[in-house]
Amino acid sequence: MEPTINFFSGFNFKDLWFLGEAALRTMWISVLSVSIGTVLGMFFGWLLYEGKLVAALTVAPILDIFRSVPLIIQLVLFYNFAPIVGLNLDPFGSGVVILTIYTAALVASVTRGGIEAVDTPMRRAARSLGMSYWQDLRYVVLPIGGRAVFPAWVGVALGVMKDSALVSVLGYVELLKASQILITRTQEPFLILTLAGAFYFALSYPISRYSASLEKRWVQ
Amino acid sequence: MFDYNFHWRPVMKNLPDLIEAAFLTLQVAVLAMIIGIVIGLCLALIRLHLKGPLYWFASSWVELARNTPVLFQLFFFGFGLGAFGLHLSPYVIVLAGLSFNCAGYLAENFRGGFQAVPDTQIRASRSLGMTAWQAYTRVIIPQVFRIVYHPITNQLVWAVLMSSLGMLVGFRELSGETQFFASRTFRIFEYFAVTAVIYYAIVKIVLLASRLLAARLFRY
Repeated sequence: MEPTINFFSGFNFKDLWFLGEAALRTMWISVLSVSIGTVLGMFFGWLLYEGKLVAALTVAPILDIFRSVPLIIQLVLFYNFAPIVGLNLDPFGSGVVILTIYTAALVASVTRGGIEAVDTPMRRAARSLGMSYWQDLRYVVLPIGGRAVFPAWVGVALGVMKDSALVSVLGYVELLKASQILITRTQEPFLILTLAGAFYFALSYPISRYSASLEKRWVQ
Repeated sequence: MFDYNFHWRPVMKNLPDLIEAAFLTLQVAVLAMIIGIVIGLCLALIRLHLKGPLYWFASSWVELARNTPVLFQLFFFGFGLGAFGLHLSPYVIVLAGLSFNCAGYLAENFRGGFQAVPDTQIRASRSLGMTAWQAYTRVIIPQVFRIVYHPITNQLVWAVLMSSLGMLVGFRELSGETQFFASRTFRIFEYFAVTAVIYYAIVKIVLLASRLLAARLFRY
């Protein structure tokens, strides 16, 4: 005789593997979006700084929209908008696109702040020493301004890592979604949520601590 | 152009409901901010002046709030506490989660604000015959308030945006209401597009109000 099927089973070792895999997915989607978003955001930030009126009328309001609408609404909206214009994106693709633009919008203002942090006399001095515009940007603005806003950038990157949990609304099985699935099956919400939370914490806390210590060292 | 017919009529019909839900969003965000400011102030003062278990309690609150996703915190108040037989209503879950988060972030801002006011001022006011309470409420807090005013505004905007996660714990604020209507009519894109506009408007109104208030408060 077949044993009766039990829908609820305890938390076991295999589930830990499932959670670990989901954690890797969280990291993968965050690393991908943060790295592309940072490059894009640096470009937009430079545009905001240099473009004056034109950028203020075009790029700035668009980036502002992405900062003023909840990420979860952006995700749902884009996921349902993509098929309308004929794009067939899976939850992962939509998540990456929106998280990337979201990161870019945040990094743009960080970058702009970084460029503004470099005094004009310093840049004039660089130019008078015969550096080209790009040399000035690369060898003067990047090291000085970059240091000034590095902690802010770390904050943005960690924020996006944490916000990547929202991609679960589209059905992408990242860490928080995986823990939700496990909770439904094992009925042990406290244990599983603690594990998931501990993972986020273990990833975020050392990095924020490190960036704070770097900031302290650079101030001196 | 698109192979899709936009139907805006059901959205327009439900617009009054959405606007009503928007007020609920604003209400929960403002309440969470008020609770967050009070708790955050306590946490900041504890972290600045006390040692021992209270210090560790405040520090772990701040670090937990800052280093885990908001969604995780909401789930914890929702499902995690449910494991102990403590079942909160969606409204309380969102309010508790947001307050927990805001308190953590604001505590760090307040700490920075308190550190920016020189210690000598408190000694000066004490030697003028003020009590400790008077020194704090009449000399220190007004100055700190000026420093943290801008971060508080930002945090309020964040609270409005984060309250959209209420949708995932069954709270019928703006996002939850939108999802409810959207799943009833299958006009997901249209509903969420209108909601995005409403959120944008809320954020802009909050920022404008805070700027007007700042101009009134900080005239001198």
